[in-house]
Amino acid sequence: MKDISRRDFLKIMGAGVAATAVAAVGCQNNDPAWTDATPLKAQKGKMTYRTNPKTGDKVSLLGYGMMRLPVIEDKAPKGTSGRETPAPIDQKMVNKLVDKAIEYGVNYFDTSPAYCQGRSEHATGIALSRHKRDEYFIATKLSNFAPTTWPREASIKMFENSLKELQVDYIDYLLLHSIGGGEDCMQMLRNRYYDNGILDFLLEQREKGVIRNLGFSYHGDVKAYDYLLSRHDEYKWDFVQIEMNYLDWHFANEINEHNTEAEYLYNELDKRKIPAVIMEPLLGGRLANVPDHIANEMKSREPQRSIASWAFRFCGTYPNVLTSLSGMTYMDHLDDNLVSHCPLKPLTQEELDFLEDIAKKIYDLKNIPCTACQYCMPCPFGLDIPSIFAHYNKCIKEGNLARTADDSEFKKMRKAFLVGYDRSVPKLRQADHCTHCGECVAHCPQRIRIPEMMQMVDEYVEKLKQGTL
Amino acid sequence: MHKKTIQRIRRVLAAVFFLGITLMFLDFTGTLHTFFGWMAKAQFLPSVLALNFIVIAILLIITLLFGRCYCSVICPMGVFQDGVAHVYNWFKKNRYTYSKAHNILRYTVLGLFIVVLIAGVGSLVALLAPYSAYGRIVQNLFSPIYQWCNNGLAAVSEHFNRYTFYSKEVWMRSLPTFIIAAVTFVAIVILAWRNGRTYCNNICPVGTFLSFFSRFSWFKMHIDEEKCVKCGLCTKNCKASCIDGKNGFVDYSRCVTCGNCMAVCPKEAIEYKHAKSNPVPATSTESVDTGKRAFLIGSAVALGTAAFAQEKKKVDGGLAFIEDKVAPERTTPIVPAGSGSLDRFRKHCTGCQLCVSQCPNDVLRPSTDLMHLMQPVMSYERGWCRPECTACSDVCPAGAIVKITKEEKTSIKKGQAVWVARNCIVVADGVPCGNCARHCPAEAIEMVPKRGDDTGKLFIPAVNESKCIGCGACEYVCPARPLTAIFVNGVEQQRTV
Repeated sequence: MKDISRRDFLKIMGAGVAATAVAAVGCQNNDPAWTDATPLKAQKGKMTYRTNPKTGDKVSLLGYGMMRLPVIEDKAPKGTSGRETPAPIDQKMVNKLVDKAIEYGVNYFDTSPAYCQGRSEHATGIALSRHKRDEYFIATKLSNFAPTTWPREASIKMFENSLKELQVDYIDYLLLHSIGGGEDCMQMLRNRYYDNGILDFLLEQREKGVIRNLGFSYHGDVKAYDYLLSRHDEYKWDFVQIEMNYLDWHFANEINEHNTEAEYLYNELDKRKIPAVIMEPLLGGRLANVPDHIANEMKSREPQRSIASWAFRFCGTYPNVLTSLSGMTYMDHLDDNLVSHCPLKPLTQEELDFLEDIAKKIYDLKNIPCTACQYCMPCPFGLDIPSIFAHYNKCIKEGNLARTADDSEFKKMRKAFLVGYDRSVPKLRQADHCTHCGECVAHCPQRIRIPEMMQMVDEYVEKLKQGTL
Repeated sequence: MHKKTIQRIRRVLAAVFFLGITLMFLDFTGTLHTFFGWMAKAQFLPSVLALNFIVIAILLIITLLFGRCYCSVICPMGVFQDGVAHVYNWFKKNRYTYSKAHNILRYTVLGLFIVVLIAGVGSLVALLAPYSAYGRIVQNLFSPIYQWCNNGLAAVSEHFNRYTFYSKEVWMRSLPTFIIAAVTFVAIVILAWRNGRTYCNNICPVGTFLSFFSRFSWFKMHIDEEKCVKCGLCTKNCKASCIDGKNGFVDYSRCVTCGNCMAVCPKEAIEYKHAKSNPVPATSTESVDTGKRAFLIGSAVALGTAAFAQEKKKVDGGLAFIEDKVAPERTTPIVPAGSGSLDRFRKHCTGCQLCVSQCPNDVLRPSTDLMHLMQPVMSYERGWCRPECTACSDVCPAGAIVKITKEEKTSIKKGQAVWVARNCIVVADGVPCGNCARHCPAEAIEMVPKRGDDTGKLFIPAVNESKCIGCGACEYVCPARPLTAIFVNGVEQQRTV
């Protein structure tokens, strides 16, 4: 029996009474969120649009990210998308998803030659070519990460191949893909876009109308971001893609000292009136999958809305956001996001403060900030990096990460961690096989120091196994 | 005493021992040996090899008092044969006949057995010893089925997000041992099916040895000449073929005091009591088939030397292919910590596979070396000998692996890591690594600058021989495949470092 002092007892009772009172008042007020028993539905024709100031494009606030396309179910492990598995993309389902998205007014589709192990553009092309060209905007990227694609011809070939795969003769939105990466981000930028004259090539293509809008996506070292923005007068960026969500708004830097707060990134664009395209609004699904106590807080405010809806409403609340990209693998992802965007209900200041508080709580969980984007994969030594991090975060979320052997449920936590680890990651792909080659580090948009994190997970496993925690 | 009492007591006790030992072999969670471990340690031959005089004395006293009840209660192979014979009894009753003892055969086998035991030919000892043969059958034939069932349950428990069951990889540790186990199984089943305890009374060295004592046992199956009507029902129900009912003779050297004759005697003419031996029978004409066992030797795995091919990244996602590791050619085999010297280990081990079945790290497997076939050796392709585990030393009934503590284990040197430059990715591919050094629990490996490297980023492992304990962590985590760049050779004499 736990000891409860009289004081604690009164406190708990007091809180209980207060909560009951609030609930009673809520009922009297007939708050629609509480009394409307039918779930919210997406309203056709009510999609929220934002206007591109240069072209006047009416862009849907919900953009479709073609990075996590569905695969044929019985040929792939449960819960995987075309990013993780080489199993064939389920083109029928992709078509169905795209059709429904367009039906409800989604018109921005974001892909890349690198996505889904190189198969995303092809699948996107098939799905979109079934619609009228003026019904959708295509965004794709020049994903010349591998040194073999740095030469001018190789990069141009990649761009031309995108047109071919997507079955179009112009690209609505083209991005320099993920600038800010690499050990020296400026050197990397020069290698990929300057020394080979590719940036000039792309500017030319914009002049010719093959590219309607030119922008860049940014992850990582803020030096590259500031540099490209400082030359805005010259390049006239039509849009910029940044990572933004309520966790990164104020905590990106706390989570990883090498990263920059989303607030800064957004404001830099806002003051130049460059529209912002938002990636990772859900942090690879992490903001849709929060521990129960946090989920309960959100649900008690908006019982009819999903946990994920908060993240989208956060982004949509900022007026300079052109669209928020969501990689919707499943129809229920799409359905839920359509509810959130048809139409979007912006957050009030009070709700923004609430999310700030939620962000603090998520930050305090000390998750590994992996979004399972799979940019790090394949690891040359066969590790399954995102699955290792996902398992670690899952254990945090479920309260199975023991801090010391004195934790009251240590035995249960230990078993859950170790048994779950072997289940989610095959032995030969576990953290102990990391050689610290560092190949992954340059690719991680979250700038996670993956080898160190691998060592951390491995040492934790060793402590659990050896009983030295 | 009711005429079935002896039979019933024997059946209950036999079931307890048989299930206990079988479950202990099947269990891979390392929990059951706490409860049933003593059953393995009560086995005769392992006790002899462990020089466990107390157990030997108790077993001999039991035999002198009650006859060869060891064979029908404690020995799992004996009980297994009884089970097989019992099944056939459902179809065909009263099927046994009396036969004379095949003394030449059984004494020759026993003599040979003692010779190879002293000579230390582990493979032959392991082949003939009844408990080991049974353990091998369970480990090789029954445990895969058990583990597949477990894996089914693990899938169910994973589906419900529970951690009650975890799955266990099923893999063949040694083809020759598997074949031997399968052949033994088939031979034993055929012999038991047709003639009951043929193996026990003709081949089993333990049975033959105990027969010297059982013929003088205090309690015996005694036929009361006055009550006996010479119906021969006892003979027809004696699975040891040792009752000559027509002549009122019982061969106590072969009787395993199962009590079946008592149970079937219509006149209750057979009693289990202290009595003098019956007279020697006049003649006997029938013979019993003798079983022969053959075994096959598999060939060793061919070795390759290609270094691990790193996959180059072009697009996002996917998993790199991982080539299977191949066991290196070790100059000296590695045996578990607590084995002492290799010679000592080999003289004590009966090859029962209990340690192999208990190893949670997939390190132990039966040797394929002809002289020491079926005795366990260690290899690190699937796991390494973890510091917190002493499972093999906890269960060994033969004293081949002496019981050690976790603390002792961390300082027992059972092998020596050696570095193979040409396989190392630092040398072959010019990329940094150091995974062996990071994982060495003895801190015996340090990364030192590679000579002639201008970048200052390349370090090669330097193994400090005086610290290395041969646990294999370095070998297991080494990225070079199929042959690793660092591997462990065993040592002839284990010692504390």
